[in-house]
Amino acid sequence: MIGTGSPVDGVPSVAAIVLSLLVAAWALVAVLRHRAPDRVQLIGLAVLELVLLGLAVLAGVALAGGERPGEPGAFFGYLVTLVFLPPLAAVLARMEPTRWGSAIVCAICLVTPVVVVRLQQTWELLGG
Amino acid sequence: MAELRTARSTRTNAGPGRLLIAVYLLFAIAATSRAGLQIATRFGEAPLAYLLSALAAVVYIVAAVGLARAGHAGRRVAFACCTVELVGVVGIGAFSLVRPDLFPDETVWSGFGSGYGYIPLLLPILGLAWLAKTR
Repeated sequence: MIGTGSPVDGVPSVAAIVLSLLVAAWALVAVLRHRAPDRVQLIGLAVLELVLLGLAVLAGVALAGGERPGEPGAFFGYLVTLVFLPPLAAVLARMEPTRWGSAIVCAICLVTPVVVVRLQQTWELLGG
Repeated sequence: MAELRTARSTRTNAGPGRLLIAVYLLFAIAATSRAGLQIATRFGEAPLAYLLSALAAVVYIVAAVGLARAGHAGRRVAFACCTVELVGVVGIGAFSLVRPDLFPDETVWSGFGSGYGYIPLLLPILGLAWLAKTR
């Protein structure tokens, strides 16, 4: 039964992916309307960060309980990268208060779901 | 007014350029961690591929810094990096198809960057276009 024990599967990861895509879509609308990053984008990034930190805590609890990811090095690499993505987006968005700031938020929020999926894969798979 | 416009138009680190720098930053992180992990844990399996990953990582970092620093030197550095990237992604892309035995594990550039949504192929082209546009 692959996946049943994974701490990065299930509701929190799905929530992170959906939320990230929603923020990306909202930011894309801002890009198309020539708008700088607005409050909704920044709040979205903040909530996304909370969900990702929750995911990291779940992973930490599982590790403390003796479970181990399939590829530990890659798993921790992705986990660390993941929790830094929304802050990176927020900082760059503040530096660039034009439509391109919204484009940065959109780009990073499209990358985040990919990293979540990679995180899930590196927990589970050992060679396939 | 005209002066202001030229001053603004030569900056590579504002507007779309900042988006480009952000994407370069993401690829710098991806390539660096991938290369670091591969070299640290299983260098013997595919040394050529892993060394190329490391080279790609360095190029992405330097390109991001070059674009961010915006001056003449920065532009020159960014131009060199984008050229190396373009040659790298096309060359390694073709080479990884011809001699897949030398690339048992993926690099950022193998398959023309297909593992990364072909963005590694797109990035140097966008970078060069942006440098030309802001000249």
